[in-house]
Amino acid sequence: MSDKLLMKGNEVIGEAAIIAGCRHYFGYPITPQNEIPAYMAARMPEVGGVFVQAESEVAAINMVLGAAAAGARVMTSSSSPGISLKQEGISYLSACELPAVIVNMMRGGPGLGNIAGAQGDYFQATKGGGHGDYRLIVLAPATVQEMADYTVQAFDLADKYRTVVMILGDGHIGQMSEPLVLPKPTGKTFDKSAWSLTGAKGRDQHIVRSLLLYPEDELEKLNIRLQEKYKLITKNEILYKTYMTDDADYLLIGFGMCSRLARGACDVLRKKGLKAGMFRPVTLWPFPSAELAKAAAGKKKILVIEMNAGQMIEDVNLAIGCSIPVDFVGRMGGMVPELETIVERVETYVK
Amino acid sequence: MTERIFIAGFGGQGAILAGKLICLAAMHEGKNISHIPSYGVEMRGGAANCSVVVSDEDIPSPLVFKPDVLVTLNEQSLSKFIDRLRPDGLLVYNSSLIHTTPSRKDITVVAVDANDIAEGLGSSRAANMVLIGAVAGLKPEIASVESVISELGKAVSTRNLELNELNKKALFAGKEAVLTKAKK
Repeated sequence: MSDKLLMKGNEVIGEAAIIAGCRHYFGYPITPQNEIPAYMAARMPEVGGVFVQAESEVAAINMVLGAAAAGARVMTSSSSPGISLKQEGISYLSACELPAVIVNMMRGGPGLGNIAGAQGDYFQATKGGGHGDYRLIVLAPATVQEMADYTVQAFDLADKYRTVVMILGDGHIGQMSEPLVLPKPTGKTFDKSAWSLTGAKGRDQHIVRSLLLYPEDELEKLNIRLQEKYKLITKNEILYKTYMTDDADYLLIGFGMCSRLARGACDVLRKKGLKAGMFRPVTLWPFPSAELAKAAAGKKKILVIEMNAGQMIEDVNLAIGCSIPVDFVGRMGGMVPELETIVERVETYVK
Repeated sequence: MTERIFIAGFGGQGAILAGKLICLAAMHEGKNISHIPSYGVEMRGGAANCSVVVSDEDIPSPLVFKPDVLVTLNEQSLSKFIDRLRPDGLLVYNSSLIHTTPSRKDITVVAVDANDIAEGLGSSRAANMVLIGAVAGLKPEIASVESVISELGKAVSTRNLELNELNKKALFAGKEAVLTKAKK
């Protein structure tokens, strides 16, 4: 007998946000993440929250900025083309040092692309999709349970560092149902009274802005503060998982959906007598570079698996200093690599 | 044990609900499961299908490209997906609506008059339940009919709960139909 619920990934993100205390959701529909706004439209009134279907993605992200400035826990969600539209707002949120959670259930691109799950927004999410020197904390769940757990965690991270946190999933894991146990609230509270816009009667005014003209080094000071914050996040918040890496000859690396394939391929390869292990970054930024370098040491070959043209390979090579040959299995445009393809590729390494 | 199941039909036949019910029943038995429906473009034109994986181990991909078990509710689904079924796989098809006999010789083919059986019990709407009963009868390692029945209340929407008596009968009738056939 199981006490677990069977829920769809997208809906779980909605419920987990509510568990985390999010009472403000602003969005604009796009497949394959429409279950998130649909869920929020139904649930927010039940918990006394606010749901607004905005007139556009740009409007939604600026509503997020407004709610975050007022100290609310706030979330928006979209899929690839819609996330592109939100980039200006994400840069502004970062400059204003406002906490917010943004969900990207990636679909095939570039352009309007298609509506199948993909991972083509890795660069956009991890290298800064908008302008200026800013970073997002990027969490890449691989299971419905993780979608729940990391969404709850995302709100704490956003508040702790006054930064934007992105949940980077794909259309497949958003549409997938799996058993899960809903997480409990973490109980952490964050004092926002020093900066949030709550009405200045009886106190000095707070200013939240991203335009810093005078004095001339004011903007550089913000940038220095941001960089110090990003160093701290890199020191404290890296998440990753490994599977049978210690004695492995071959290291398979994937995030999100592809980490499931990598792990499955390791099981098949082990049964065939090939020592394969898996390394999976959970935070795509900050990337677990030192941890990967350690896990990769002494391996004969690395195989990166992605649903894009190989965007993560750059971070892998930076981590290992190009010390080990890196191979790649990937599909693009909303296609998913098959387990057999990964297994067959690794088998060619011993021939 | 890992069974990759693909269920296909047209919208309204209950293919996606059938998949969800199999998942709930297998979960009830402590197994790992995943369910992913068709969405968007695939749904236009009326097709509805879902991938289900039931396993004792972790499930790598919820997407079933090459199923071990293919369940088809209508003619179009059978012709579209039969080539994907793995050699030695199991095809369960709704012979009330599918009149083409599948020609593949490397698979097990089981015809179930799902609509007719369901109609005889009260409503052809329970044809999907007959087919789940058939799958549970042929592959009890996925889930037993009893487990499916115990989870009916979770999968069927509130407005249709009064149909669950019919659903139960349909599930047993599906199992009975394939077991009788196997004896012959």
